Amino acid sequence: MLTVKNLSVRYGDAQILSDLSFEVNEGDWLMIVGPNGAGKSTTLSAIVGSAPHTGSLQFEGRELSAMRSAERARKIGILAQSHHAEYAFTVEEIVRLGRYAYTSGLFNRSRDDEEDHIAEALEMTGLTALRRQRINTLSGGELQRTFLAQVFAQEPRLLLLDEPTNHLDLIYQKQVFAIISDWLKTPGRAVASVVHDLSLARAYGTRALLLDHGRCAASGTIDEIFRPENINGVYGMDVAEWMRSLLRQWEA
Amino acid sequence: MKQNTDRFPKLTLILFAAITLCVMALCVCVGSVSVSLKATFSGIRAAIAASIVLTVRLPRVICVALTGAALAVSGAAMQGLLKNPLADGSTLGVSSGAALGAVLAIALGITFPGLPFAGTMVMAILVAFGSLILILALAFRMDHSLSTNTIILIGVIFSMFVSSAMNVIITFASDKLKSITFWTMGSMQHTSYENVLVLAVTLLICSTVLLCHMRELNAFAVGEDNARAIGVDVRRVKLTVMITVSVLIGVCVSIGGSIAFVGLVTPHMMRMIVGPNHRKLLPASLFGGAVFLLFADLIARTLLNPIELPIGVVTSLVGAVVFIVIFFRTRRAG
Repeated sequence: MLTVKNLSVRYGDAQILSDLSFEVNEGDWLMIVGPNGAGKSTTLSAIVGSAPHTGSLQFEGRELSAMRSAERARKIGILAQSHHAEYAFTVEEIVRLGRYAYTSGLFNRSRDDEEDHIAEALEMTGLTALRRQRINTLSGGELQRTFLAQVFAQEPRLLLLDEPTNHLDLIYQKQVFAIISDWLKTPGRAVASVVHDLSLARAYGTRALLLDHGRCAASGTIDEIFRPENINGVYGMDVAEWMRSLLRQWEA
Repeated sequence: MKQNTDRFPKLTLILFAAITLCVMALCVCVGSVSVSLKATFSGIRAAIAASIVLTVRLPRVICVALTGAALAVSGAAMQGLLKNPLADGSTLGVSSGAALGAVLAIALGITFPGLPFAGTMVMAILVAFGSLILILALAFRMDHSLSTNTIILIGVIFSMFVSSAMNVIITFASDKLKSITFWTMGSMQHTSYENVLVLAVTLLICSTVLLCHMRELNAFAVGEDNARAIGVDVRRVKLTVMITVSVLIGVCVSIGGSIAFVGLVTPHMMRMIVGPNHRKLLPASLFGGAVFLLFADLIARTLLNPIELPIGVVTSLVGAVVFIVIFFRTRRAG
């Protein structure tokens, strides 16, 4: 579905990503992991066109840079880690923006099925009852689900998640990951996400890309990558042992 | 199929239009010489008897309404585009640029034969455009993505530079000081039907362009990254809206001078009534801006009758107070 070849990103003198290559295929949930500064979020920014880069980014054989903005949005959706609401839009108004790529004409006329897609996205994220509520009155979890509903309304094939539960309590983390798991069950879809929490990555991912200082340290299935010889070197610690020690405190 | 609640209700639109027309009628009647409503309309039939209404008040009131609408819709568009409730035409530096152009025209005596106001207007629009290009070029040089923060920063610095430049011009053009000073504080005193025509055509074209970008402005108001993610051609929309706003402000400034706070305050007031959705906010701001400036002009004409205050002084006094109240209320609610 998505083929990334020799992706490099440089800001001034700083080389953020160097010759990164990987693929995301249908049904995959690719977890992009690595310590701070490894280039995880920059990888997603390059894919959505907000970071200047070199290399090839192809979606089903077509260069993303050759696609118009709306066409790209119909294929790839992205959920940011946090949202700052300056204006008090309603939940429904935020979700409706997800249909922008399907509007046409001078006045952005919407398609007849717009309301159905909005209703479906609200239902999938459990927000139907909150559709008229202003976003400045929502909890962090509800706000993140609102923007997730916007991405669902966008009907992308590939969903990019940039640390989607970073600022959320455990219950909301569980909710968001469960909703995305359900979304991925439909054939023809894939997810690529940047996740700090390695246990979440291990639990939900099917494949992993381990980054270290802007380079690919390892890539493969989750089971292949989440081995001590891969993870411990990049993180500079015995990750599994540390997690086991945390769990022992709960069991004691 | 579910009901679409994203449209501007027709009843609200009719109500807003009715309020605007009523205020316009009130402003035509009231002034240093009061004309009753009945006499106003019967006067239109007997044109000579109502020369005040036809030749002085009516073009002025229409110009004030159109200018208010133009400034307010520009402010609403800029506040959405830059996701900044403190933005309006002046934030972009366009108002300052237009003002500099007009001051240059007055100081240097630039005129066009047969078109007495064209020199100021052409210079205001040209320098407004020039300012926009300069600001965008500087912003692009600093930040290729043309991020809103960079544009606002350069716009503010540019406005301060222009303010100093205008003071220098005023110092050297002391014989035209009164004309320039009165004009920089805003004045709708000598507006004509030619001004009405220019303003009406400009507002019709530019507001149509802005109304075509309502969804994009909603996306920008949520965030530039969000706009890019849902498929908005960020750079094209940003340039289109900024150029449209600079034309609107250039024309308004050339006719009425610098009139502050209309573009800043009106969208805030309208947002409290219709919400932040630009499908409703832009049409509401058109009417709201017209009503706001009509009242400001009425106060300017009648408060110290027969002395007339510059309209910009009234909008600044009223606008600053209203803005502080709104700002406190919004922050407390947020």
